[in-house]
Amino acid sequence: MSSIPKIKSKSLSGQVLWAVFAQGAVLVVVLSAAYFLFQNTQANLDAKGIKSGFAFLGHEAGLPIGDSLIEYDPTKSYGYAFLVGILNTLMVSALAIILSTILGILVGVARVSSNWLLARLAAIYVETLRNIPLLLTLIFTYIIIIGSLPHPRDAISLFDGYFLSNRGIYIPKPIAEDGFGIFIIAAIVASVLAISFGVWARQYKRRTGRLVPGIWGGLAIFTVLTGLAFLATGNPVGSETPEFRGFNFSGGLGLKPEFVALLTGLVLYTAAYIGENVRSGIESVHAGQIEAANALGVPSGVVTRLVMLPQALRVTIPATTNDYASLVKNSSLAVAIGFPDMVSVGGTIIGQNGQAIEIIAMWMAVYLTINMLISFGMNLLNSRVQIVER
Amino acid sequence: MTQITSEIGTKTFEPLAARGAPTQHIGPLNWLRKNLFKGWLNSLTSLVLIGVLLWVLPVMINWLFLDAVFRGNGEVCRQSAGACWPFIYEKIPVLMVGVYPQELIWRPAVAGVALLALVYLTFSDRIRGFVLIGAWLALPLFALVMIGGAFGMTEVNQSLWGGLMLSILLALVGVIVSIPLGVMLALGRFYGSPLVKALCIGFIELIRGVPLITILFMVSVMMPLFLPPEMIINNLMRIQIGMIFFSAAYMAEVIRGGLQAIPKGQTEASLALGVSPNHTILFVIVPQALRHVLPPLIGRCIALFKDTSLVIIVGLLDFLGMIKGAALDPDWLGFQTEAYFFAAFVYWLICYSLSRYGRALENRGPNGAKR
Repeated sequence: MSSIPKIKSKSLSGQVLWAVFAQGAVLVVVLSAAYFLFQNTQANLDAKGIKSGFAFLGHEAGLPIGDSLIEYDPTKSYGYAFLVGILNTLMVSALAIILSTILGILVGVARVSSNWLLARLAAIYVETLRNIPLLLTLIFTYIIIIGSLPHPRDAISLFDGYFLSNRGIYIPKPIAEDGFGIFIIAAIVASVLAISFGVWARQYKRRTGRLVPGIWGGLAIFTVLTGLAFLATGNPVGSETPEFRGFNFSGGLGLKPEFVALLTGLVLYTAAYIGENVRSGIESVHAGQIEAANALGVPSGVVTRLVMLPQALRVTIPATTNDYASLVKNSSLAVAIGFPDMVSVGGTIIGQNGQAIEIIAMWMAVYLTINMLISFGMNLLNSRVQIVER
Repeated sequence: MTQITSEIGTKTFEPLAARGAPTQHIGPLNWLRKNLFKGWLNSLTSLVLIGVLLWVLPVMINWLFLDAVFRGNGEVCRQSAGACWPFIYEKIPVLMVGVYPQELIWRPAVAGVALLALVYLTFSDRIRGFVLIGAWLALPLFALVMIGGAFGMTEVNQSLWGGLMLSILLALVGVIVSIPLGVMLALGRFYGSPLVKALCIGFIELIRGVPLITILFMVSVMMPLFLPPEMIINNLMRIQIGMIFFSAAYMAEVIRGGLQAIPKGQTEASLALGVSPNHTILFVIVPQALRHVLPPLIGRCIALFKDTSLVIIVGLLDFLGMIKGAALDPDWLGFQTEAYFFAAFVYWLICYSLSRYGRALENRGPNGAKR
């Protein structure tokens, strides 16, 4: 950090004294403000009869939650309900990060495509999604797109057992049958073998300079071994097909419309931003680099993988880290369309018992933790692609 | 023919036949070949995309214009397959100002005209420098006076403010207050004494680490608990304060980027000339830093305007809130697609023009193309 160098005055001790005094004054102001707020809060809570503290987390929640990854019913405690919310936030964020990265890369590559029409359409996509509030995109997806799907009775069925209706998406649910455990063990063994082949291939290339297709070989090993195990254990994965009964589908794996809308909205919105990062990454690679590699006769796939990609990632990754963090924070907009994420569940709890301070503190703690984990992970990735300055 | 004689022997140099004139690289056909049909993959992509467009565009155009109803009421609209635009005309006053008293509607209208005039003057580069800044600082005050009522005008309670007016007001006041606040936070983080620095970092990182909704919940639910009961700040004001804090933290990070980009020589030169450290920061560093980060600052302004849509979650009826309400009007049931389409268009128009303006500034600024 560059800082303004202090001008040496004649009485240095006087200046130090002044600095200490100023800091002390700031401290006094901050502390007294905190004390003032604390006093008021105590008085207000007493007046409203709200008991502060986290004891309420153990009380029975009595609030219904539509979507839950773990078993939940209203007799469970507030703390458990909040945990359901956290898991929902994590699940939707994780899925959205993966999908928006894929879509974002496609959009970014399309933006710099030599195909005029493709580049134009990608630009329109980016400029549209980036200039409309995410909340509107979410409501639009929820009310207009999902709302205009047919009633479950006349659900659109793209494949056998896959149904699209205004009550959500229903797909067959995989069910573990006899021998599934053995199959999983075989799959783990296969992946260990595949990864060690990849590592060996890399070391072999370093040692001898000969190319061994490590990734493809590893994939082949994994596919063949798991395929054999699948056949040997006699197809251990059954499926439960959703069926229309009464008013809605039963059985199968159901994705609620709120979840589908939230995921779609988040992915479409974030992909526009990631697409821009990818585009600026690609454009930041000097044309001379690609031309030089082509002139040396390097195959175009290798040029992309080993010349363009590493340099483009240097620009793309830091910007994308911010977009991932925003995505997790944006998932809180679930509250507007009724998906029970952490903010939505917490908001209901505040409405029931008025423990606003505790719930807001818990929200902040969870979001800060998630954000720190994301920036930690992405910084690790980033430190691998940045130029090592000597 | 040229005879070339060397130690190896004699060879005849025979020039190759002259190449033909280069093929024309202009004209629509060549443009098509170059941009849409270069190689089989490219051609296939183009064909697929053209197919999709031929399928989607007619549907869109039919719905938007050809089959749309432009005059009539809900009944007429229901018989048509297209969009129902009379619905939007009728709802325009509500969408713009919410439930603001009908007879006083001229007051926000005057403020709106002033805003449009100032936007025109700014975009067309008619006013610059201090006049520009002064006008933008004065505008929200003028708008607040006109909308809220003062100096003998009838007062209009803040609970009656709504619609696009409220969205723009929240964003405008938010931007104008949060930029100075952001500058102060950034300076505190960059130059402050350890305690001030720690406080600034704590504030910035805490706010940037949590979603805006939690901050809005905090100001609307928690803030009344923090303050003595006799100190009542109404909901709109509290939410405005929350938006300002949120925006200031992000502005501070943008401005810090600008502070970091100013070369050290600037500080040293200024100090060497005998300018005091405080004046150096205020008159040498900050103006350059702000100029440097103008494009991302405009990006933050756009983000803040988009973020104002979140206030419906804590009970304010901004533009999106009014759209939601209009879609539920029993006289006009079933036209929510039109309502949300219109909302998207308005948000898009405002944000896109702002971002175009930002890009124009970028090209005009110190690092622009016209160097």
